[in-house]
Amino acid sequence: MLCSHCYISNISLKIKIMSDIQSNERIRSKVILLSKKEANFAKKEIRRSKMTAFFMVTPLLVFLLFAFVAPIGTMLHRGFYSPVVASLIPDTLDKLNQWSGEGIPNDDVLTSLAIDFKRLANERQSGKIAAALNRNMPGASSVVKSTARKMRRVDDAELKANGAELLLNAHEKWSNTKIWFALRKAGETYSDTHYLKALDLERNSLGELQVREASQIYIQLYSKTLKLALYITLACLIIGYPLAFYLANAPAKTANLLMIFVLLPFWTSLLVRTTSWIALLQTNGVVNSFLMSIGVTSSPLEMLYTEFSTIIAMTHILLPFMILPLYSVMKGIDPSYFRAALSMGARPISAFLKVYLPNTLPGLSAGALLVFIISVGYYITPALVGGTDGQMISNIIAFHMQQSNNWGLAAALGTLLLLLILSLYWLYDRFVGASNIKLG
Amino acid sequence: MTTQGATDYLSFSNIQKSYDQKTLVVKDFSLNVAKGEFLTLLGPSGSGKTTVLMMIAGFESVTSGDILLDGKPITSTAPYKRNIGMVFQNYALFPHMSIAENLAYPLKVRKMPKDEIDAKVKEYLELIELEHMGGRKPAQLSGGQKQRVALARALIFNPSLVLMDEPLGALDKKLREQMQLEITRLHKKIGFTVIYVTHDQTEALTMSDRIAVFNDGVVQQCAAPDVLYEHPENSFVADFIGDNNFVNGTIVAEDGDFVTVKIANAEEEIATKRGDCGPIGSACRVSIRPEKLFIMPHEPACDNKINVTYAMRLYVGDFIQYYFKLPDGKDIVVKVLNDHEAPKFDEGQPIGLTSLKQHCTAYAAT
Repeated sequence: MLCSHCYISNISLKIKIMSDIQSNERIRSKVILLSKKEANFAKKEIRRSKMTAFFMVTPLLVFLLFAFVAPIGTMLHRGFYSPVVASLIPDTLDKLNQWSGEGIPNDDVLTSLAIDFKRLANERQSGKIAAALNRNMPGASSVVKSTARKMRRVDDAELKANGAELLLNAHEKWSNTKIWFALRKAGETYSDTHYLKALDLERNSLGELQVREASQIYIQLYSKTLKLALYITLACLIIGYPLAFYLANAPAKTANLLMIFVLLPFWTSLLVRTTSWIALLQTNGVVNSFLMSIGVTSSPLEMLYTEFSTIIAMTHILLPFMILPLYSVMKGIDPSYFRAALSMGARPISAFLKVYLPNTLPGLSAGALLVFIISVGYYITPALVGGTDGQMISNIIAFHMQQSNNWGLAAALGTLLLLLILSLYWLYDRFVGASNIKLG
Repeated sequence: MTTQGATDYLSFSNIQKSYDQKTLVVKDFSLNVAKGEFLTLLGPSGSGKTTVLMMIAGFESVTSGDILLDGKPITSTAPYKRNIGMVFQNYALFPHMSIAENLAYPLKVRKMPKDEIDAKVKEYLELIELEHMGGRKPAQLSGGQKQRVALARALIFNPSLVLMDEPLGALDKKLREQMQLEITRLHKKIGFTVIYVTHDQTEALTMSDRIAVFNDGVVQQCAAPDVLYEHPENSFVADFIGDNNFVNGTIVAEDGDFVTVKIANAEEEIATKRGDCGPIGSACRVSIRPEKLFIMPHEPACDNKINVTYAMRLYVGDFIQYYFKLPDGKDIVVKVLNDHEAPKFDEGQPIGLTSLKQHCTAYAAT
């Protein structure tokens, strides 16, 4: 803010000088023009400093290009791009695309698919089509696999002549319109299927958008992720604000010692910290034994593998991200502001709310934004202590990457997460102003 | 000294302050301040003057003793109930509020009606000649303007007392002189009571009705500026206020308010006023202001003569500062107005200096 202000005042100053120059002959005569040689030299000087700056930034730019821009680009691309089916059965898909969409496609298409199935079965590739088709139509995997197995035993000539009939006999589902829609959909190289699925939507046979019939989990998961992130941010704020205040106002020696405790989570392994929460929170863990020994409860509380355990462990991990920006901002607030407010007759609480708190907003918003954004995308802690309740969107993304092997959906979910965070940042900038952020 | 009311409007009786329960920062502070008076606490840094100010404002507790404001003890009153305005060295203007909002803050806290607040803010903006800057943020003002706003903000709610903690310390010399006039003007116009803390003696001398010179947690002397400058009670005050020379010697004779001192390592004797020096035979320091000394190159025989040798001269501008060596090797400085007759000497040249006996004061040797 300060910078932009300086810039503006600088410009207005220039404008003022220029208008002075135009209006006043006497001043104009004072403007000294550089000779050509001097101007060239000045230009060279500027170019050299620009080059130096460029070379200093280059390593980071190259690193970011490979480690950040390229993967994100790939991810965005992968959400739309699914070439597997199209590359495996190109001929059949060509023919299928001419199908009107009523009943089942003509024999030509069926025969072509039967021949493709035999080839794929021999090449052991039929599983890929099965998996791709299954994503569009649950249960289609076994249809494809069993048909491919049957086609493999038929010889080529017979297949060419009677392929359509053989296919229809191989599995009753081939007489169903739906499976052909699903196949045509799976054959699209570029499709919005993954994104629609990530938003719990799908297209019906007429191509209209509708809420997904089979299951609606992702919207709910996104809102749960946001909810947990909000709780974590609030918890960090409630614990961090008074502590940061104390740190900023304590004598240097005490503050340094306490700062070490604040930073301690940074110095210990994330796994160690998370596992220690498991030890604390589990059914026979430290907390439960303690609560039972002092008679608060008679039976152990279910604390591990819940939303609660995710919130508490993540708050612990993310607390420094809240405290550090708050501390640095509070350190810069002169204690005399508060005193001045008191001397003018404000009660301590009113002085705090009207004078101190507004001045800590840059640190507060930076810390909150940081904690919120990190926790929205957090993976390891919910995966370890979250159980099924405390899972967040990143855990599902990881699941689709590693287990269901649906990279397209994972990419779509990841892209939506990115968009979510960017829009949060945009909202923040709109209403609070990103230039108010102060990180350290 | 302007006295517009009871002379004990604000009174301190035997104030003591200790931060660590072992040593006293303020040892024994007793003082009465009249209503409308401009009192300055002057002292070197670490002398305890800011602590006194903070105790009046209520930001520091009083270890023992009583502070009475308008007859009522305030030592146990919360700071926000004391109705005392304060101007801080760093201005303490709230950066997130505009100038007008800063000025309105103490009034809003007092739940004054909005139109009254607006009128009052306008009045005070005019008073400090910043009528058109009400909408600006403090960061957009110059140091002097900020200080004026801070001053207005401390005055706008009619406080019973205004405290100023080195308010001009962050300004450059020119601006500081301007602000001294400004504060004096406002004080004359509104007639508020001020306790002003500074370590700058010029500031203290030009602005105050009375100055309390503070050192080691004790008031060394509290008097009007001219009294303080011309009749310091002890050698600390004599040394601290203005420039001063100290000539070591021994008291050889007494005559009422005057004593005769034999200068160390020399035969000359000079007559001086009696300060807090001891009886005949005791060591003393004679203070003589540099501008009260005269160089007598051509009159070897005159009263109150001190024989010295010339060391060097400094050209200061409006005056020239001559450095001489006393017989015991110490420096003695003479200020001579810069006119065309300012003399020149050779290094080591013997010179005679003289001063009137009422301008010399003998203090106990430290």
